[in-house]
Amino acid sequence: MLVIKNIDVFYGNVHAVKKVSLHVDQGEIVALIGGNGAGKTTLLSTVSGLIRARSGEVIFDGSQITRQKPEKIVSSGISQVPERRLVFKPLSVEDNLLLGSYHRYSFGKSKAIAGDIDDIYAMFPVLGQRKDQPAGTLSGGEQQMLAIGRALMAKPRLLLLDEPSMGLAPAVSQMIFRHIGKLRDELGVTVLLVEQNARSALKISDRGYVLETGRVIVQGTSQELAQNNDVQRAYLGRDASD
Amino acid sequence: MYFEPKYECMNRESLEQLKLERLQAALTRISKNVPFYRKKFEELKIDPYDFESLYDLVNLPLTTKNDLAEHAPYGLFAVPLREVVRLHGTYGLRGKSVVVGYTINDIHRWSKLAARVLMAGGVTKDDVIQVAYNYGLSTSGFGIHYGAEELGATVVPASSGNTNRQISIIQDYNVTTLVCLPSYALYLADRMEEKGININALSLRTGLLGEEAWSEETRIEIQDRLKITAADNYGLSEIMGPGVAGECLERKGMHVNEDHFLPEVIDPKTLKPVEPGQVGELVITTLTKEALPLIRFRTGDLTRLIYDPCPCGRTFVRMQRITGRCDDMLIIQGVNVFPEQISMILSDTEGRTPNYQIVLEREGSLDKATVLMEADVLIPDKIKEQQRFIEGVKQRLAMELGVFFEVRLVELRSMVFEGDKVVPVVDKRTF
Repeated sequence: MLVIKNIDVFYGNVHAVKKVSLHVDQGEIVALIGGNGAGKTTLLSTVSGLIRARSGEVIFDGSQITRQKPEKIVSSGISQVPERRLVFKPLSVEDNLLLGSYHRYSFGKSKAIAGDIDDIYAMFPVLGQRKDQPAGTLSGGEQQMLAIGRALMAKPRLLLLDEPSMGLAPAVSQMIFRHIGKLRDELGVTVLLVEQNARSALKISDRGYVLETGRVIVQGTSQELAQNNDVQRAYLGRDASD
Repeated sequence: MYFEPKYECMNRESLEQLKLERLQAALTRISKNVPFYRKKFEELKIDPYDFESLYDLVNLPLTTKNDLAEHAPYGLFAVPLREVVRLHGTYGLRGKSVVVGYTINDIHRWSKLAARVLMAGGVTKDDVIQVAYNYGLSTSGFGIHYGAEELGATVVPASSGNTNRQISIIQDYNVTTLVCLPSYALYLADRMEEKGININALSLRTGLLGEEAWSEETRIEIQDRLKITAADNYGLSEIMGPGVAGECLERKGMHVNEDHFLPEVIDPKTLKPVEPGQVGELVITTLTKEALPLIRFRTGDLTRLIYDPCPCGRTFVRMQRITGRCDDMLIIQGVNVFPEQISMILSDTEGRTPNYQIVLEREGSLDKATVLMEADVLIPDKIKEQQRFIEGVKQRLAMELGVFFEVRLVELRSMVFEGDKVVPVVDKRTF
C-alpha cells in the first residue's frame, strides 16, 4: 500500500533521515520505533507531505506522492495524527471533528458527514458526551481520541499516528493502544505508528522498523524485534547486566 | 503447496523492495556491530548509508571462508555471545574451525526456511521423516529436523550410520520421507536389495537429498530403486545450513529463499559478476541473520542462476544443481575436507610432510577415501611399528576430519604423477 524508497531528508545541513526504505501492506499495523531525534516524526511528515524529501520516493497505492501537497495527499487517503495531538483548543469537540472532514465538505455532503461524526461518537462515547465542550478542557487521553477521531473524519485508508501515548498516564495510553488495534480490526484502516514506547507499539503491531540516527537498523516482525538484542538493549530497557 | 506463500510467491516488485529494506538495515547493523566489516568499509571508502539499490551490492567486499577461520570463533558475530543460543561448526582452512552462531530469532527463521524447502520438495505435515544426516556440529541434521517440526511433520532423528538400524526404522516406523545424502540413499537401496526387502511394500514416497553433488542420472536411479520422488536442496553451514534453496516439484533448479539470502554469481578468477545465467561461483549475502551476518560470502560452489518464471508459482530465482567446486575443497561422504588439512595432520604425526596422495573412489554407492603415503617414512621391516603408525594416522584423520580414510604405505612410483610432481588428489568418483 505504502512504499518508501531511499528517502533522504535534511534540515539545513543536518541529515535527519538517511536512505530509509520501508513498506506498509494493506491492513497492517507497522511500528516505527526509535529514540529522540532518530527521525521518526520527520519520516512520517515526509509521507504526509508536510516535509519535503531531498531525494527518494514515496509511493501510495502505486502512485507517486513524493512531492505532492499535503491536502492532495489527504484526499488520496492518508491522514496524520500529529505529535502532542494539536487539537484546536478553543473550538468545540464537534467543530474539531468537522474540521477533519474539511476537504470533503461540499453542498449536500453534510448528511454523510454528520453520519461519520456519529460513528466517531460510537467509537469514543466520551467525545459524544462532550461534543459541545471546548477541546482544551478535555483530558490528555480524550484529546488524543479527538485527534484520532478528527483524522478518521477524512476517511483515510492509511493513518499515520505520531506518538499517540506521549504524555499520557500508562493506563490511558493502554486504552489508546487498544483503540488503535480496533481501528484496523473494525474499520480496516492501515496504520503506520511512530512510538517511543516500543514495548506497547510492538504488542499491537504486525511488523516494525527501528530507526537510529536517521537510519533503519533493524526491521522484521514485531515478535522478532521484541527478541532482537539491539532493540532490547536500546528500547526495551534491558541492559547488559540483566 | 507453499509453506509461506506470502513470501515464496511475492511479486518481484514487492520482493525487490523487501530485499532492499532488509539489506539496508543489515548493512547498518553490520557496520555498527562487526569491527571486521566496519574496517573493510572504511578501507574501501564505502558508506553503508549510501546504499540505495541492490545493484550497489557489487561494490561491497567479498567474504571468504578464510576470513571466517581467521576471526574464529566469535570475531565476526554481530551480537554478544550471551544472545547466541546455538553454535555449529565446520572445518576451515589450515585446521582452524569455523564457528557459526544463531540467536533465537535465527533459529526460528531457520526452521521456517527449512520447512519451506521440505514443503517445496513434496513433504507434507502428514509425513514421517527419517533424518539420516549426522546430528552434531554439522548443520544438516538439526536444520532439517527443526524444519520438519515447524512443518508439523513427524520426525525420526535417526542420525547417520548403522545401516541395519536405518532400514529397520524405515520398515517399523512406516517412514514416508527419507532425508540423507544421495549416495547413502543408493547404499540403502543396495542393502535392502541384498536383504531381500520388498521395497514396493515400504511406505517411502519422498526423498529430500542433498549435502553433496549428485547428477540427474543418480536421481533417476534413486527414484527407480527406492520408489520415491527425490528432490535436491542446498545449504551451507556458514550461511545457515539446509534451507537456503530447494527444488520444487518441477525439479528444474532450486528456489533460493531470496527474501533472506541474496544470491550472486561471480567469476572466481576475476571476481566480477558473470553475465546473467552464466556459470560461476555462488556468492551469498545474508539479509536477516542476526548472530553471524555475512556480506557476499564466497561459497566456492559452482552454479548458475535461472531467472525464468517457474510454473510452480514461486517467484524466487532458481539455482542449478551444484556442478563443482572452484577451490580444492573435497566433499567426501558429505563432509567438507581440504587437502591442506590432511597434509597438516600427516606432517604433524610424521614430523615432516611426506609425499602423499589422496585417492577418492566409489565403492558401490559410497565414497571411499584412501591416503597413500610414501613408504620411506619408516623402516620397512618393522611391521608391527608400521601398523601402529598407520592406525594412528587413521584415527587422527577420522577424529579431526570426521571422515574415515584408508591409509596405505606405498612406493613413491606407484602414485599418480603429473610431470615430476605427485598429484595431490586423484578423484575417480563419478556423480
